[in-house]
Formats: sequence, C-alpha cells, structure tokens
Amino acid sequence: MFYRLSGVHHADYVSDSRIFKVPADRNLTAFIFLIGLAAPFIIPSLYLNSYMLPWLIWTAAALGLNLVTGWAGQLHLGYAAVMAVGAYSSIHAARFGVPWEFALIIGGLTSSVIGSLFAFAALRVKGLYLALTTLAMQFVMDWVLTHSPAISGGSHASLQSPTLALLGQEITTDTGFYYVAFGWCVLVTIFMLNLKRTGLGRALVAVREKDFAAAILGVNSFYYKILAFATSSFIAGVSGALLVATFFFLAAPEQFSVAVSIQVLAMVIVGGLGSIIGSYFGVALILLVPGIVNGLVVTLSDGLGMQINVETLAHIPNAVYGALIVIILLIEPLGLGKLYGNIRDYLMVWPFDQFKK
Amino acid sequence: MDWVFLSELAINGALTGLLYSLFAIGLVLIYKASSVPNLAQGGLTMVGAYVVLALARDVGLPLWLAIPLAAVVMFGLGFGIERVALRRLAGRPVVMILMLTLGLDIFLRGTTLAIWGGTSRSMELGVSYDPLFLGDIFISRIHLVGAGVALALFVGFMLFFQTRTGIKLRAIADDYMASWSVGISVERGVGLSWALASVVAVAAGVIWGEIQGVDQALSLLLLKGLTVAVLGGLDSILGAVIAGIILGVVENVGADFLDPLVGGGSRELIVAAVLILTVMIRPHGLFGRHDIERV
Repeated sequence: MFYRLSGVHHADYVSDSRIFKVPADRNLTAFIFLIGLAAPFIIPSLYLNSYMLPWLIWTAAALGLNLVTGWAGQLHLGYAAVMAVGAYSSIHAARFGVPWEFALIIGGLTSSVIGSLFAFAALRVKGLYLALTTLAMQFVMDWVLTHSPAISGGSHASLQSPTLALLGQEITTDTGFYYVAFGWCVLVTIFMLNLKRTGLGRALVAVREKDFAAAILGVNSFYYKILAFATSSFIAGVSGALLVATFFFLAAPEQFSVAVSIQVLAMVIVGGLGSIIGSYFGVALILLVPGIVNGLVVTLSDGLGMQINVETLAHIPNAVYGALIVIILLIEPLGLGKLYGNIRDYLMVWPFDQFKK
Repeated sequence: MDWVFLSELAINGALTGLLYSLFAIGLVLIYKASSVPNLAQGGLTMVGAYVVLALARDVGLPLWLAIPLAAVVMFGLGFGIERVALRRLAGRPVVMILMLTLGLDIFLRGTTLAIWGGTSRSMELGVSYDPLFLGDIFISRIHLVGAGVALALFVGFMLFFQTRTGIKLRAIADDYMASWSVGISVERGVGLSWALASVVAVAAGVIWGEIQGVDQALSLLLLKGLTVAVLGGLDSILGAVIAGIILGVVENVGADFLDPLVGGGSRELIVAAVLILTVMIRPHGLFGRHDIERV
C-alpha cells in the first residue's frame, strides 16, 4: 500500500495513453466490477431491486448528460424529454413485436434524432440562453406526450411495457433485471472512459473550452456539438427504455418531467462535470440520500416520541435534496468527483505528501 | 370575428401579462446586478406568499400589517441567500450558478411545504370576485389590482434607480469592475438586488396567491416569468413590463384560437414557443443589451 506510484514510468505514448495509468486504479476498478458482478448474491433482493438497479441505470443516463454538459460544455435542461423519446419509442416498437435488442436500438436512434434538434439551439446560443431553450423544449415535449394518447397510451396515460427479453431469454427475475442494468452501465462507462483518450473526446473538450479557439485548431464545433448531442441522446434513449423495462414497467409522462431533467443535471453537477466516478457518486447521493434522511427522521421522531405531520414527512426528502445540491456546490463546486480525486491523490503517494502530475 | 370578445381576451390577457411582469421584475433585478439567472424566484414567490399567510393566520395580524412585515422578512431572506450561497460561487461557470439556484428553488419549496403543508390555502385579500364591466367587456378585479401593483412597482423602481443607491446599482449593472474601483461596494449592491427581488416576490406571491390559491403551483410561474424576462431583455425592467403585456395578449388570444385545434391546454405550448423563438431570433430581447455571445 506504500507509494503506489512506485515503478510507474511511462516511457512511450502507448503506455501514457492507457485507460488506467496507475495499476492501483485498475485493480480498484476490477475489484468494484467483481463486486458488481457478485451483487445479486451479496445484497438482499429488495435492496438490489430498489436501490442498486435504479442507481446503475441513472448512472448510465447521467454519464450521457455528462458527455454533453461536462465534456462538450453545452447546458442541457431537457434531458428527461430525450429519455422519454427513447423509452416510448422502444416500448412501442417492442409492443409492435420487434425483438427487444432492436427495440432498444430503435429507441436510442429515435432519441438521437430528436435530441439533435436540441443541438440546433446550441448552434445559435450558449450558456444561460441554451439552458432556457432546452428547458422550453422540455416543456414542449412534455406537452406533446401528455396531449397525444397515441404515444402515451390512451386515457390512463400509461403504457405497459412488454416483458423484457434479450438474446431469446425472457427476463423476469430481479437478478436478471439487475444484470441488464449492470451490463448497460458498464458499457456506457467503458465508452466514456475511452472517450477521454480519443480524438472525439479531445475535440469535445476543445469545443467546451473555447469554440473559436477550437475552430482555429481545425475542430468543426458545429459538427462536434451535434455529434455530442446525438451520442448523449442515444445513451439517454436506451437508459430511458431500460428504466421503464426493468424498473417502472409502466411508462407515464411524469416519469420524464422537467423535475427529472433537473434531477439528472443535479446528479451530474453534484458528481462533478466531466468526472466519470463522480457521476456514480452524484447519482447515489441524489437518488438515495433523501430517502435515507427521511428514514432517519422517522426513526428519530419515533424514538423521541414526537408526532410528525405526514405532510411534513412527505416533503422533507425534497428539502434535503435541494439542500444537498446547495451544500455540495458551496463546499466543492467541482463536485464529489473532485473530492474523490483529492483523497485518491493523497493515498496514491502516501506516506509522502507530494503528488507529481 | 367577434371584436368585443377578442378585445376582452386581449385586455384580460394584458392584465394577466402584467402579473407575469410582476414576477419577472424580480428576475430582472437580480440579473441586472449580478448576471445571475435566478431560477429560485418561483420558490421565493411561494415562500413570500406562505410567510404572509403565516403572519396573518398563525400570528393573527391584519393583512395590511402582515404584508409589509413579510416584505421585511423576505428582504432579510434575500440578503441572506446572497450572502451565504451566491457570493461564494461568484465568477464560477454559469452552469454551477444555474444549478445552485435550482437547488435553492427545490430547497425553498420543500422546506415551505414541510412547514406549512401542501394543502392549497386562500389569501383572502378582500377583493371582490364580481367582474367589472367596461362596456360589454368583463374584467377581473383582482387582475386589475395586480396589474396596478405591477405598474406601481415599475414606477417605484424607476424612481428608485434615480436615488443614490439606485445609481450605485446601475453602475454595478453596467460594469462591476469599474464600480469596484470607484469605491462602490459591489457585494452589498448585489445583496440588495436579491433583497429587493425577494420583496417583489412577496407582491407576486400575494397577488398570485389570491388568484390561484397559495400552494406549490406558485413556483410554476417560473417558466412564464422567465419567458417574459427573456423577451423583454433580461436586464430591462421596462422590457419586463412590456414583454409581460405582449406575452399575456399572445397567450390569451392564441390559446383561444389553438385550444379547439389541439384539444385544450395550449397555453404552455405558446409560452414555450415564445421563449424558443425569442432566444433563436433575438436573444437579447426587446430592450436588453446587445452583449450576448452568439455562437
């Protein structure tokens, strides 16, 4: 455990552009991956189904938003609408009889097309104005969803998802659902890890930092912005479809409302813009902590014999969720990923205290 | 074409629009001073209305006393929010500031509802619900009162910006570096703009609370307020008033034409469309400054 940088020397470009430059990082990742694989046998099925599964799918979705907001630097307040497009088109395709593998891809591609519409706003304005435009687009999409029974599924405005089946196997058990979510999340993570190392990722970062400077370098910022929106929308679409297929089982417009868009953005920003491990932390914090705090409040009030109003209890998670966003931003504006990075850098060279970049 | 009906729609639309302006003035005040888009204005409006109600119902003060007292409380709250939260993020990328105000909005809403509950309450301002007849045209009294308040606030702020403090705020809006160098306390100015926006939120909360009841829906005014503020130019109070009237008329008349075509509920759609079109065609709005960076 001493000085884990010991013996790490990058003498050529190939070794310097590896995903994991330090063996310690690779070993930790492999360890976490194994835990993820073994989770159904370690974690009780209730927790697996109600905490781990949404955590993994939302992480995949948050990574998609991180691609467009963290890497390409384009604000996006309509992400849930893009997820909705993917979810609804996949489920309609699956109900029509298309095999799920293709239905998911159809959902992703439809999302890509619709999501690229958001990019046209990004070609005109940026920053605050882009955020407002995407917010307005989210409202338009919400409106279309709730006002077209053909899409949202008739009078009850809910659409039953057919049983998920992949590679000819019907998936009905909690373990099965978990592995689907796990697989998708790992896929997206691998994609994002590699994105950093490719020309595409570097071009996106160049566009984020200064688009005209990128243009001078020969990076076509229009092209890369559209590409960023299309790619992130594909991830959003498949994540949305999987979320409905493995977790909600019913698609309803309010699952993809403005509040959800804000929630995903909160996950990304609390986690840290452009940080992959941060997205995992951010999603965990935003998704799980309000519920845990509520549980604590209930236990505490029971223990102290206090009577807390039901309505108060119902709204405490929301207040906690808002407070979490504010507190994290005030403590560390670069997010939990940065906090993790600080600790990692410290441990990397422990017992010395210098981390040479 | 029924001209009486159309003018009734237009006049009531304009009055409603002025109520949106009431909300948007708060956004503009903060944006003008610190270029911060305050997405927590909806939450502030809600808190303002609930504080008035708490003072009037729970403490038992008469409404004419409760409203100014609530304004004082909110003045302090606005100042505090700027001091504790916004100041520490000054100079950070806009995405973090946006997220901070969104987080504040969620926090304010959650806390308000946790304390006072989500059941809709009524404001009971004592304005009669009988419509006012102007020839053949119905006009809602409370909308008229609200529009009056909005215009009064507008005139008040115009006068305020002529005072010494107001001139300081204008200087900060113009160039905060230059203001700093001549000894204006930029921090205090920005804090003051938050405090004033919170006071405006009380006014908006009271009027809108009377119209639609005091509940969570008050924070949904945000999209309309934002649209008005952007259409008017984010840093122009005059723009907010005029854009409010425009949006109100377009929304009311447009909804009347569109609703039968799409089966109701087209107001949201019109507002969103106005916002998108404004940003696409003229991002600096009607009266805003032309320094928006286009891509």
